[in-house]
Amino acid sequence: MRKEEAAMSAATGKPILYSKWFSSCSHRVRIALNLKGVDFEYRATNPMTDPDYEKINPVKFVPALVDGDFVVSDSFAIILYMEDKYPQCPLLPRDLKKKALNLQIASIVCSSIQPLQSHAVIGSYLGTMDTNESLQMVQHYIDKGFRAIETLLEGCDSKYATGDEVQMADVFLAPQIHAGVTRFQIDMVCNVTLF
Amino acid sequence: MKLNPMKFVPALVDGDAVIGDSYAIALYLEDKYPQRPLLPQDLKKKALNIQIASIVCSGIQPLHNLTLVRFIEQKVGTGESIPWVQQQIDRGFTAVENMIKGCAGKFAMGDEVQLADVFLAPQIFAAVTRYQTDMSNYPTLARLHGQYMTHPAFEAALPDRQPDAPSSG
Repeated sequence: MRKEEAAMSAATGKPILYSKWFSSCSHRVRIALNLKGVDFEYRATNPMTDPDYEKINPVKFVPALVDGDFVVSDSFAIILYMEDKYPQCPLLPRDLKKKALNLQIASIVCSSIQPLQSHAVIGSYLGTMDTNESLQMVQHYIDKGFRAIETLLEGCDSKYATGDEVQMADVFLAPQIHAGVTRFQIDMVCNVTLF
Repeated sequence: MKLNPMKFVPALVDGDAVIGDSYAIALYLEDKYPQRPLLPQDLKKKALNIQIASIVCSGIQPLHNLTLVRFIEQKVGTGESIPWVQQQIDRGFTAVENMIKGCAGKFAMGDEVQLADVFLAPQIFAAVTRYQTDMSNYPTLARLHGQYMTHPAFEAALPDRQPDAPSSG
């Protein structure tokens, strides 16, 4: 990581979040930072076009959090790091079953839905898939994931996914639902609890 | 479906708790069975373990699951899935190699097995045995693969040691 980034984060005490505005992975981390009341510096980046980003984060993924001399990327890792470092507004319950449910929902979103709708899947094969076919593929994976999560949350009558307080499942669900509705024309009628 | 609405394996049934998804299961086990912890206390090392696990289970494995591979073969052509999978593995392995290169420990994050190893071992095994991955591009991961193949806990978990593996005879 460039020394300048580490020095700035250390000097101000503020973590730096590298983010893309439309990235649902970045969106998750922004929610978590806001919930915990963490004062952070937002830096917009696009690893595909920013040659300097690799010097900050050799892994080249977004989002990435620079906290002093430490860089962590991947929304799951960042949020669990924040859960330890900033214990205010905990996002994971103490009850092991409810904690596991939150982690399972987060994992469905970030392993079984988002990677399959991501730019890489569509972009790599856009030449051999027309727009309708790639949209259908994205909708298929979102629908499968959302139906699974609906089943996991069946009967939930709390304000949020797993309780009356916002928890980790909500942090991962909100950006995925937003993307599904605004970008991929997902009909939320089939997903009553999530909507 | 009743055990895991995603219809994926694995699923863990522990009394009245039913948990699907390897990541959620691993972290549940970490809390429930604190002997032999897989995550260090140090926050940075813990975050690195989780980051490596995430690269595997979000950035590599879902992009070579059988359903997607069949879809690509159908849409693009027979045999076209191999280059696709190799590209995803290369992207993920390059990222992980960058994170752990120069590590002097026996395993990914030190001299003890940690969560990163639990996620890396099966991914490297699949890459080598199913997708003809040239591990010379990832020397640290190649060395770890050798370690995993001789560790009893990893050996016992190998696919062909499982009760439902096809018999060789």
